[in-house]
Amino acid sequence: MSNSLAKNFEEIFDGLTTYAATVEANRCLYCYDPPCVKACPTSINIPSFIKKIASNNMKGSARVIMEANPVGASCARVCPTIELCEGACVLNSEEKPIQIGHLQRYATDWLRESDVNLFTPKPANGKKIAIIGSGPAGLSAARELALLGYGVTIYEADEKAGGLNYYGIVSFRLPQDVVEWEVQQVQNLGVEIKTSTKIGEDVLVDDLLANFDRIIVAVGMGKVPMLNIEGEHLEGVYDAIDFVKESKASFTDKMLGKKAVVIGAGNTAIDAATCSVRLGAEQVQIVYRRTSKEMTAYDFEYDFAKQDGVEFRWLSLPKRVIGDEAGKVIGLECIKMKLTDIENGKGTLTEIPGSEFVIETDAVIRAIGQAKQYELIEHLGLANTRGVIDVEMNSLKTSNPKIYACGDVIYGNGYGEATVVSAAQQGKDSAYAIHYELNANSEIA
Amino acid sequence: MADLSINFAGIKSPNPFWLASAPPTNSGYQVQRAFEAGWGGAVWKTLGDPILNVSSRFAAVSFNGQKVAGFNNIELITDRPLEVNLKEIYETKKRFPNHAIIASLMVEPKAEKWHEIVKKVQDVGVDGFELNFGCPHGMAERGMGAASGQVPDLVEKQTYWAKEYAQVPVIVKLTPNITDITVTAEAAIRGGADAISMINTINSLAGVDLNSWNTIPHVGNKGAHGGYCGPAVKPIALNMVGECARNPYINVPISGIGGISNWQDAAEFILMGSTSVQVCTAAMHHGFSIVEDMIDGLSNYLDDKGLASVMDLVGKTVPKYSDWGDLDLNYKVVAEINNDVCINCNKCHIACEDTSHQCIDLYTEDGRPMLKVREEDCVGCNLCSIVCPAEGAITMKELVHTQPPMTWNERQSLISGFAANSSSIAR
Ligand SMILES: Cc1cc2nc3c(=O)[nH]c(=O)nc-3n(C[C@H](O)[C@H](O)[C@H](O)COP(=O)(O)OP(=O)(O)OC[C@H]3O[C@@H](n4cnc5c(N)ncnc54)[C@H](O)[C@@H]3O)c2cc1C
Ligand SMILES: Cc1cc2nc3c(=O)[nH]c(=O)nc-3n(C[C@H](O)[C@H](O)[C@H](O)COP(=O)(O)O)c2cc1C
Ligand code: SF4
Ligand code: SF4
Ligand code: SF4
Repeated sequence: MSNSLAKNFEEIFDGLTTYAATVEANRCLYCYDPPCVKACPTSINIPSFIKKIASNNMKGSARVIMEANPVGASCARVCPTIELCEGACVLNSEEKPIQIGHLQRYATDWLRESDVNLFTPKPANGKKIAIIGSGPAGLSAARELALLGYGVTIYEADEKAGGLNYYGIVSFRLPQDVVEWEVQQVQNLGVEIKTSTKIGEDVLVDDLLANFDRIIVAVGMGKVPMLNIEGEHLEGVYDAIDFVKESKASFTDKMLGKKAVVIGAGNTAIDAATCSVRLGAEQVQIVYRRTSKEMTAYDFEYDFAKQDGVEFRWLSLPKRVIGDEAGKVIGLECIKMKLTDIENGKGTLTEIPGSEFVIETDAVIRAIGQAKQYELIEHLGLANTRGVIDVEMNSLKTSNPKIYACGDVIYGNGYGEATVVSAAQQGKDSAYAIHYELNANSEIA
Repeated sequence: MADLSINFAGIKSPNPFWLASAPPTNSGYQVQRAFEAGWGGAVWKTLGDPILNVSSRFAAVSFNGQKVAGFNNIELITDRPLEVNLKEIYETKKRFPNHAIIASLMVEPKAEKWHEIVKKVQDVGVDGFELNFGCPHGMAERGMGAASGQVPDLVEKQTYWAKEYAQVPVIVKLTPNITDITVTAEAAIRGGADAISMINTINSLAGVDLNSWNTIPHVGNKGAHGGYCGPAVKPIALNMVGECARNPYINVPISGIGGISNWQDAAEFILMGSTSVQVCTAAMHHGFSIVEDMIDGLSNYLDDKGLASVMDLVGKTVPKYSDWGDLDLNYKVVAEINNDVCINCNKCHIACEDTSHQCIDLYTEDGRPMLKVREEDCVGCNLCSIVCPAEGAITMKELVHTQPPMTWNERQSLISGFAANSSSIAR
């Protein structure tokens, strides 16, 4: 691993200086009942935490953020703010929105550096909750339950806790030490995290049901699905999430001077592409069967990729991965697509016969979304709709009344967005729902 | 968590943050909302004989795009019937028995007038009175407010009249429209005041409209002077509080008022000798919820300082506030520029060159622009560090004493001692 590569993976933005943070904090109008708060899925009291930066009450500022959002330091870095709080700020029409994300980072960075203790759990109430998965959804649920006095154990299949925040989001946007700190905050409240423990293999759901009062399923989504085209098993074809995960563990030089093609146009594709650039790839292209209009990556991510020099090939459908005799990728064959009937929603996509072309490449990265957790859901025995666990609208309770579900694992049936902040809020919601139910049944003294 | 509760001349309050007598405390609805938001006390909008108000009433001064750097008003005391106010005070006190409700009063300077209003208001159960000797407009023209507050004898007498019937503590609210506020403060104490509060508003005119040539604000094309408050008046108020706090004849609690916008301002007033602080403009600008950070910020600050109670902070700076003649003439600081932090705006250079002592040199080193202070010429005035926008680029560094400390007063007495000695020798 080379040092110059390591530098590429350092956080892009250094954070606001004290001067910049003060100027920006004083620019906030301190609106009453403001739209920025309504646009934050975790309802952080934004004017309050900003006013506290202006008055140099940094501990108070950080408390306001972390109270509402147990992964507030991560969110400060990865939230699509322009789609959320900043997009709603009243100053959009007057000047430019307040840099809420940057200010949130300023306050949470202060907290990480000073490391004061903000929260004290209530006395133990004797109830035990198991949480499967330690991503933002699981961590948030654990934090809230621990504060309420529950004994919480998180089971995590991976070696480290943090979910996609730890393994999935590129480190130049979210450094791993930030995630480690957030995990530590939850552990400080007495939450036990059993890593390298996969439910369904190492521990069975029946054990959990026998030993815990309630279970929360926060397992996220699975791997990137196969494309189901020829040549997919050749050396040099990667799963985008594995690819990013590997870049977080070590900076291999396998991409140095190489060409790479990323298939898909969501945020994962952008991360895989910019990651390839930073690993030293000479040319990186994103191939997508539709156009820039239909791509699901946010505009700011698209801009970021373009700035990193990523090229985009629209209306191109991969047909076959081509390998050499040694079984290594040397090219990707695609066919041109035609988009018609656009007036009707997404339009109709058709292949243009005879328009096949080959992109020369050393690597093909699949980034066409994430697969559902079919196996685990089956093991848990939960009702689901095409791999999305069915839950009650408000309580997030599943078909098994002792099991709740939150985060990406319920994404797809009209619950939130597949974002960190939405996962955090659902984690809180499931915790409150459990608390409400156990209280209502007078199961807690 | 530090204890924020205070005992102010016998008035108990869950925290030192009170709303000043002004529009925010106009009605029971408002004061109850304020208590719900966290305010520890409220000085009710001044009660007195019925008045009429004008429209418009307020104006503000913006500074470089920042709204409400200063605030100006020509509003009078309450324009609601006394009975209505008394009923609402009663209801509010009943709902919030542990919060401080202080009735502000203003009547003509006649004994029977003061007796009458004190009795009436006392009956509904207030925690204290605040005598408004400060309103600089309107009421003053009728011989009340600042007009009577500027005459020490009248301050003393009226305080005495109020005290004759008051069974709860009496605070006297002083006007800043006077040369030496300690004179009226002492008069209030002679009259029996249990506490003093300051400042009320300062005579002012917010501006002139360059198109219509009207004053700002105006009432049908005519204007009159108003009272100034808000962030701009804070240094004036802070000094007046400090002057009273360090005066050996003024030994009653002080409620500090004037430009307090956040917990830091409040802490400064408390350090300078205030036991409670009152706020008007900041609440009018942002609403009652600002008190949340005042409480949170002050509490965190006290924890950081290791203080168990806000009462332990009161007056800690007072012994450090003194007269010019008692300052050490041999203490010296000089400016020092850190070129690694400097952003080369050259503001320090031009400030010193044009308006101070011409001792910041510009030069280049390896093609890089640099600045350096010639320490031997620097008088340590602070100007460069004041205008510098880059935090940490200029520090005022203390030099070691080359001569023993000596104040102007010590120097003068030494010189007169010399003179006396030499004259005695000559004799
Ligand atoms: C490359 C990439 C970039 C992204 N960028 C952003 C972004 O910029 N902003 C944003 O808001 N969102 C982003 N997201 C989405 C965001 O990461 C997810 O929405 C969020 O992490 C979902 O949280 P979660 O807790 O539901 O699941 P996850 O974070 O996926 O966590 C689930 C955890 O459960 C564990 N687990 C799974 N199965 C088991 C089992 N059987 N037993 C025990 N443990 C198990 C997993 O190992 C994992 O740790 C990105 C996603 C990816 C893939
Ligand atoms: C609109 C307005 C009306 C006021 N009315 C009164 C009043 O009736 N009685 C009084 O004692 N002070 C009155 N004041 C003065 C305030 O109580 C306070 O002393 C002053 O505004 C300084 O505090 P601030 O800088 O926090 O506003 C008034 C101030 C304003 C702005
Ligand atoms: S909408 Fe904008 S200006 Fe208003 S409180 Fe929110 S961040 Fe501040
Ligand atoms: S603030 Fe209310 S009372 Fe005053 S002018 Fe505006 S609408 Fe009228
Ligand atoms: S004012 Fe400050 S930033 Fe500007 S030149 Fe001087 S030292 Fe540098």
